[in-house]
Amino acid sequence: MGYPHKSHPKETVVLSQYFGDADARTFKGWTKRGGYEALAQSLKLDPVAVTDVVKESGLRGRGGAGFPTGLKWSFMPKEKKRPHYLCVNADESEPGTFKDREIMRWTPHALLEGTAIAAHAIRAEVAYIYIRGEFTEPWTIMERALAEANAADVFGDITIHLHRGAGAYICGEETALMNSIEGKRGNPRIKPPFPAAAGLFGLPTTINNVETLAAVPHIIKRGAAWYKALSLSNPKSTGTKLFSVCGHVQRPGNYEVTMGFPLKDLLYDMCGGPPPGRTFKACIPGGSSVPILTREETDACLLDYEGVVASGSMLGSGGVIVFDDSADMVYQIMRLARFYAHESCAQCTQCREGTAWTTKIMERILAGQGKPTDLDLLLDLSENMTGKTICVLSDSCAAPIVSGIKKFRGEFEAYLAGKRQPVMVG
Amino acid sequence: MADGLINLTIDGAPVSVPPGTLVIEAAKQAGVLVPHYCYHPGLPVAGVCRMCLVEIEKAPKLQIACATTVTEGMVVKTQAPAAKDARQSVLEFLLINHPLDCPICDQAGECELQDFVFQEGQPGTRYGEFAKRFNPVEDFGPDVLYVPNRCILCTRCVRFMEDVAKEPVLNVSERGDRAFIGIHPEARLDHPWAGNVVDLCPVGSLLSKDFLHKARAWELDKTASICTGCSQGCNITLDTRDEVVVRVRPRPNLDINRYFICDHGRMHYRWMNRGDRIEAPLVKKDGGLHATDWDEAFARVLAILRGASGKAVALVSPGASSEALAATKRLLSGFSWTGAFQVVMGEEAPLSGVPNLALRAERAPNAKGAEQLGYTRDYAQALAAAKSAAVVLVLDEPDCAVETDGALIYAGTVLGEDAACRRAEVVLPIANVAEEEGTFTNLDGREQRYYQAKPAPGMAQPAAWVLGQLAQEMGLAEVQ
Amino acid sequence: MTVQEDYQPVFTGRVLEELQTVLQRYPNKQAALLPALWLAQREHGWISDRIMAEVAEVLGLTPAYVKGVVTFYTMYHQHPVGKNFVQVCTTSPCNICGAEEVLKALLAQSGAGDAGATSPDGKWTIVEVECLGACGFATPVLVNDDFVENVTPDKVADLVRKYR
Repeated sequence: MGYPHKSHPKETVVLSQYFGDADARTFKGWTKRGGYEALAQSLKLDPVAVTDVVKESGLRGRGGAGFPTGLKWSFMPKEKKRPHYLCVNADESEPGTFKDREIMRWTPHALLEGTAIAAHAIRAEVAYIYIRGEFTEPWTIMERALAEANAADVFGDITIHLHRGAGAYICGEETALMNSIEGKRGNPRIKPPFPAAAGLFGLPTTINNVETLAAVPHIIKRGAAWYKALSLSNPKSTGTKLFSVCGHVQRPGNYEVTMGFPLKDLLYDMCGGPPPGRTFKACIPGGSSVPILTREETDACLLDYEGVVASGSMLGSGGVIVFDDSADMVYQIMRLARFYAHESCAQCTQCREGTAWTTKIMERILAGQGKPTDLDLLLDLSENMTGKTICVLSDSCAAPIVSGIKKFRGEFEAYLAGKRQPVMVG
Repeated sequence: MADGLINLTIDGAPVSVPPGTLVIEAAKQAGVLVPHYCYHPGLPVAGVCRMCLVEIEKAPKLQIACATTVTEGMVVKTQAPAAKDARQSVLEFLLINHPLDCPICDQAGECELQDFVFQEGQPGTRYGEFAKRFNPVEDFGPDVLYVPNRCILCTRCVRFMEDVAKEPVLNVSERGDRAFIGIHPEARLDHPWAGNVVDLCPVGSLLSKDFLHKARAWELDKTASICTGCSQGCNITLDTRDEVVVRVRPRPNLDINRYFICDHGRMHYRWMNRGDRIEAPLVKKDGGLHATDWDEAFARVLAILRGASGKAVALVSPGASSEALAATKRLLSGFSWTGAFQVVMGEEAPLSGVPNLALRAERAPNAKGAEQLGYTRDYAQALAAAKSAAVVLVLDEPDCAVETDGALIYAGTVLGEDAACRRAEVVLPIANVAEEEGTFTNLDGREQRYYQAKPAPGMAQPAAWVLGQLAQEMGLAEVQ
Repeated sequence: MTVQEDYQPVFTGRVLEELQTVLQRYPNKQAALLPALWLAQREHGWISDRIMAEVAEVLGLTPAYVKGVVTFYTMYHQHPVGKNFVQVCTTSPCNICGAEEVLKALLAQSGAGDAGATSPDGKWTIVEVECLGACGFATPVLVNDDFVENVTPDKVADLVRKYR
């Protein structure tokens, strides 16, 4: 299948096999396709055995940090004295990323099944799936799927609840998400304590991304060795990954490839390259929080955790934003800075004040009012906003600024020198 | 090194602290004040201002001293270049929206923003011509104004109301640089302990209306004292300017009031500045009271005491010092004496988040001390006994409705209107709590010293001295 | 801004029952705050100060606490909005695909005029929002609970006609 485009022959279709197939959304349709077999299999296994399979598979968190999933599960207390929780991060809000949305829209039962398996592995009796408030359609689909699955009584002793967000990017940060479920402002928490020690409601908690959990049933069913073998470059990056491609490509959408797949092939072969008559200029490979790559860097980039780092950026969430030669990088970087200024939770000084200040300087440059010292000032502020706060939102604001000035300095200087028509920013 | 302690080094100085101690507290032991805003030892850790960033050896990045627990062998460098740079940058960020209106700000002189800018040296800003954030002043409650433009969002006030007062009436509203401290329009910051948010505010964002524009911080003299508002015995500082008490603030005492005082105690100071004080000894002459000197007053008292025998009654204030109460007892020890006091009662108002801390129903600081010295609460019986007593001594109860066929001696700060004390044979002017040194015993039996904050008016002297001198003249032994 | 508000308690009868069901999902009442606010907004149209006070009452919280939470999340309306509340994503990925033109077309054709303002007929409030999480379907537009993908300026007229 494939949505909105048919699957490309170069894709490795695992998670996205039924994208676009409405019948797979139903419980009946899902079980017909082998759904919930992995869960039944897992519930018969000891939680440690399930965790070991996932550990062995090499699966890493698909939300952005890339932390080994099985290892994360194993951090939960060995001896269970208090209730455990599982949180599912479906607050997909990273600009450029829209893969979890498609998983929930087309294969809601894949997520529910993965959730139940993970809950079993960490011995959680309750799992909350935190779905961002704007995802009205995925919410309805998930709600229906959950009702069907509950009616079929497939989850054993595990209870799954849906929790709707209400418009806050930062709730995708794991501890902010927990605060949000608790009915609080979505403020990230200082760590330690880490969630496995004191997470949701102060109890041991594991939090996983939608795509991570959707992969789990496949691993259980087809084995760790199968998953581990899905690796084109670095053996530390295994399995398939959904890449959301957006911006200036002919066929934007989600594409599932094996870890280590060349970014260039993704953009040209699958997405059809830039719109007619244009050429690529830049690419943000892992959601807006990671450094921008030039065309040359993009062409050489391999899509796995290590490969993208080697190219000078990060795999992040796999949200690939592509800019062609028509894009005004200064304007777009201002938009990203404004995004972070809008979303800053207001706790940490550097983030609260720094994201807003950065945005003002960017707007000043665009308006033709920039000062010769502005680029150095932006870089210095970015330095002061990196690695010093509770979460990485302010680091994320700094990333496109720093890489943007480094790689597209000429565009900034054109505004500063008055060689470019000023843009009044509303 | 003592057993069970964690040993670490802070700026080269070795310190040993109990396990679980935060780096910021351990640093205090090493004599190092790590600059901070959101951290306060009386509140849960927030870790948001990021001002206390320090370098810790082997840590991959700077750590906040307020949320990092000490470990054995830890090496903390507060003056490492990276840490200093980070703190300077926090100050720059805090100052971009902070109005430099120090000349009209009540906090100036005791402002942690001023202090740490001075300490860390943040000489300028690169914010340039951008407009600063503006929000109008808000009236939060009976004594608290909020000046949002000065707010640095440290959230101490929010955490105090939520976690200590347990009445979350303040919040952080909005996000990003639009954030401010909010309140619901139907709510008021009128909790009986709300005034603490003004003390907790590290800048001039939360202000006391009572203290508004009253004095500059550097003009104030500070004296350690004990609150007289109730029997809790909260430790306070009396702030005086030109010998007038202008403000009461809490003085930390972890066993009694931690870092807090209630609003009743905070406002319980105006009487200390009363202008209608008795400034000279008075003696009865021709049916009226006439000013005289101490010698004549003493002679009259001694003549009364030497010429009388039998019963004596003391009606005393539970706000008098233990020393004054002991001197009273000593002075009457030649008689068959009884002493009593009465306590004004009010509503009890606990501070929920702190065990055993409340504005107590008994609105007197030294009732326990009086009891321990043998004074009773049976005031009515003492009043009745006074009728037939040879001598009645009233200690600073200006409105005492005593009637006696014997001699009435009054030692007090003021004279009640149409009160019995105006019919005394002798009136002895005494100092009030702000004007003397003394001891109170709180409800749990803890004896606490308070000190003189300003001079007594005219010829007034501490009651303990006045009554002690008289007892001495009488040749009476000190009471045990 | 003073707003005329026809306030009726929200948590009565059927809505109160719904809230009771929601409460069963959580170990304490406070955790039901976001869902409770969603219910209140569905019933009342927006989250007024009085609604906040009512939500606080039913969940054992203070109105100030509730207000702090409401103002954190962008999807709770703190003012009345038009019959059609339209969120247009203008963050970078959509921005480079023409989202600002979509926004302009919507503002003009709906009669709302300015972002955040409500059209004189009370039918439209159009706001610019940050990332809606559908970047591959630029420009996504959320009309109340309907998620409309791939909106371009030339499709705006149909969209306005459909919801008018």
